[in-house]
Amino acid sequence: MDLQHVNIKIFVEGELTVDLDDVIKVFHELISQQALPGVLLDVGDYRHVPAGPSVLMVGHEADYCLDNGGHRYGLLYRRKAPLAGSNEDRLRQAFDAAFHLCQLLESKFPTLKFSRREFQIIINDRGLAPNTPETLEAAKPAIESFLNGIFDNTQVSLEPDTDPRRRFAVAVKSATDFALPAAS
Amino acid sequence: MKASNELWKTRLTGQITDGLAEEIDTFEMQIELRRQDKMDEKVFAETRLRRGAYGQRYDNGQRHDGSESKTLPYDTTKHTKGPDTVWDAPGMLRIKIPYGGMNPEQLEVLAELAEEYSDDIAHITTRQDFQLHYVHIENTPTIMRRLAAVGITTREACGNSIRNVCGCPFAGVCQDEAFDVTPYADAFTYFMLGHPDAQNFGRKFKPSFSGCHQHSCGLAAMHDMGMTAVVREVDGERKRGFRVVVGGGLGAVPRQAKLFDEFLPVEELLPIAQAMSKVFGKHGEKKMRSRARLKFLVDKWGIDKFKEEVLAERANLTPDPRWTEYLEHIEEETEKPSRPPGDLPALNGNERMNHWVKTNLREQRQEGYVAATVALPLGDLTSDQLRSLADIVRQFTNGTIRTTVEQNFVIRWVSKADVPALFNALDAVGLSEPGASNILDIVACPGTDTCKLGISSSRGLAAEIRSRLAETSFKLDQAVQDLHIKVSGCFNSCGQHHVADIGFFGANRTVKGFKVPHFQVVLGGQWEENAGSYGLPIVAIPSKKVPNALDRITSFYLTQKQPNERFVKFVKRIGKTKMREILEDLAEVPDYEGNEDFYADWGDPRQYSIGDIGKGECAGEVVSQYEFETAAAERIVFGAQVSLEEGDAQKAGEDAYRAMIKAAKALVLVQYDDVTEEDPDEVVDEFKERYVDTELFLDPFAGSKFADYLFDAHQQVGRTFDADSAHHLIEETQLFIEAVHSCYNRVRTQGLNR
Repeated sequence: MDLQHVNIKIFVEGELTVDLDDVIKVFHELISQQALPGVLLDVGDYRHVPAGPSVLMVGHEADYCLDNGGHRYGLLYRRKAPLAGSNEDRLRQAFDAAFHLCQLLESKFPTLKFSRREFQIIINDRGLAPNTPETLEAAKPAIESFLNGIFDNTQVSLEPDTDPRRRFAVAVKSATDFALPAAS
Repeated sequence: MKASNELWKTRLTGQITDGLAEEIDTFEMQIELRRQDKMDEKVFAETRLRRGAYGQRYDNGQRHDGSESKTLPYDTTKHTKGPDTVWDAPGMLRIKIPYGGMNPEQLEVLAELAEEYSDDIAHITTRQDFQLHYVHIENTPTIMRRLAAVGITTREACGNSIRNVCGCPFAGVCQDEAFDVTPYADAFTYFMLGHPDAQNFGRKFKPSFSGCHQHSCGLAAMHDMGMTAVVREVDGERKRGFRVVVGGGLGAVPRQAKLFDEFLPVEELLPIAQAMSKVFGKHGEKKMRSRARLKFLVDKWGIDKFKEEVLAERANLTPDPRWTEYLEHIEEETEKPSRPPGDLPALNGNERMNHWVKTNLREQRQEGYVAATVALPLGDLTSDQLRSLADIVRQFTNGTIRTTVEQNFVIRWVSKADVPALFNALDAVGLSEPGASNILDIVACPGTDTCKLGISSSRGLAAEIRSRLAETSFKLDQAVQDLHIKVSGCFNSCGQHHVADIGFFGANRTVKGFKVPHFQVVLGGQWEENAGSYGLPIVAIPSKKVPNALDRITSFYLTQKQPNERFVKFVKRIGKTKMREILEDLAEVPDYEGNEDFYADWGDPRQYSIGDIGKGECAGEVVSQYEFETAAAERIVFGAQVSLEEGDAQKAGEDAYRAMIKAAKALVLVQYDDVTEEDPDEVVDEFKERYVDTELFLDPFAGSKFADYLFDAHQQVGRTFDADSAHHLIEETQLFIEAVHSCYNRVRTQGLNR
């Protein structure tokens, strides 16, 4: 099974304390400086939609979003362009990209804190990965291998989303913090 | 590009009709041909438009970041997907929903597509379509296949074609309709879709169906071809037909449709539509895009000659069994409920539910049922909400839901007994917004968010007004609650500002060397009676003061209105001079220093720009001659409106022309100061030589359209004006002045003024 278009949502800890107008400003600065890998294009403001993407930075290869899906804020990295490499590589790439922006936002907003123990993996392609037990079975080895790489063999729980209409998604929870990728 | 595109092609084989599958395969091949530079970029652009794949802001690969325009680092080795359109730049996909009719399976597929190919948002347009934004061209065939598998097409959603067929979303359940227009709209859609006689248009053609004259659910009067259901007694028998109007349209210069036939028998609907398409294809303007809509042909010929030509064409058509086949299967009701009728239970003091019931429910003509409007902020909803809505529609109805021209949904055939449960189900997923079709239900086009033509942030302004009104709207006086607000990001009227009680459209101004986002305030439009009259702009207000302007207008209305006086009548009685007077101080723009917020648009922290910002004369410097002259032109055209209001069409037309000359002179003066408006010929000649021949005045998108307004008006000096022609010239003058401002901004910032 080919896992492409990996999305990673790293949840905000506690309530969102940051003014989203300020996040929009940061997104515009990042676009102006093309400060992240890939082409950054535009900012979308969907704060008027309940439990939606809220504030979105659109890119060519990937979008970044301070997403409020499920009424829970988190930094969502949405990979659009396919990537070479193994499934584990692609999971890791998405996770690193998401966490990189989390760290950047934390540095700009001292009250903003992203969880180091809880995030969500989504495969944004029903063609490749329909939300079925078979997909879970097939994807599990790569997911576990990826998680071993960031959690230092800590016990991690995986909770799949079981609604067949939704995308294949797994909620990841750990008792300890993940090992931080180096900030750059 | 999605990794699964090939997979879907195989998987959906057999689930799509052969014809449609072949069309999509062909489009996919055309994408490949263009990718390999084996197809001309202009031809490809029109090809993709006819498939619904539209351009989006920044797709020329440039983006202004508030201080300068920067090139987006796309892969430039790829070919374009149209003139000045980068291959990898995301675009918008418009999805046709004929008469807004949908079912739960279609909602679910849209949810999937919004998630997988767009930004998790589906947007309903003012013509009942859906739009997905930030879509990559190479994914569009797969999206089309997935839509086709549930009976939806994007074919002819854009381009020079017959666009989505609009229809009253209450058709079949409305208390006032003559009959249910649904099957006729449906037959029209599929008869004309891809019809060979409708492939040679110079511009788009928009049809619409309404069940009654008095309500605005179908907006027949503002369409190229508007049909209103009528029943007439013929030889003692009740016969169905349509009152047909033609040549209506909003756009930059709106036109009220003209009466084509008081009663067109239903049997003649499709042949007349076919004949009209042939006439439009043969005789409509092809070269001058700005004059290519059907309204200009109707204007040019007059309605009598137009009708004569259509009837002559009709007489020569080869009979087609499809013209009447569908009539044999038309039943009185096209839909059935899934739940028994009931009575509305006591709502037990739930204030939110009471408010929603009051504003969002409409009694059906079938006793015991209501139609419930799901009001969507700015026409947007998420994929999760779409799926929930599909569940709700299945739970409470037989799958009967439609989109509306006010960017909402209507769930039909809800048993009154189910109303509290329906409200709770909608409320649980954030879809219980009250205030459907009232002041809170603001319509806005995409504006600067995603549209290439946007001047100001229509969605930003609409969101700001909404959030200010959200808490208090239902406590407002009913007369204010009933107002319709519509916002367009530019003069093109995709937000339908002309037919709102209070409309706004985006404009830009240069104030002491800085650009400032503005909105023109449009008053005098009428939403009722299928968009019965069009408003005119009275004053441009800086974007950040527009909410204050709205407060002023509504407070003034409340204190000065007569009992039961509707807003459109109130504006007419009070007069535009007074209405402008109460807003005039808000038109002032404070100096930049310390007021930087005025120099950025709503929801966008970048310093406002439509190009590079040139810091010229700073605060306190002398106001340039240009500014004096354009201010005078604006005063004169406003005076023209007042004359029109007072019934003096001749003076109105003449003053509008004078204002145009004044504005042209303002631009000429930037380069050459020895010109006087005493000699309009000289002004026009100088203007042509310095700004049109040099292409400085040409609009990046509209080309010479606005200059042509001046040349046309100048050529017709001394003509006689009636109310209609004076109204048009005022509209054109307003747009010409806006174009003068844009040109001045370009000239200043690009340093080409000498």
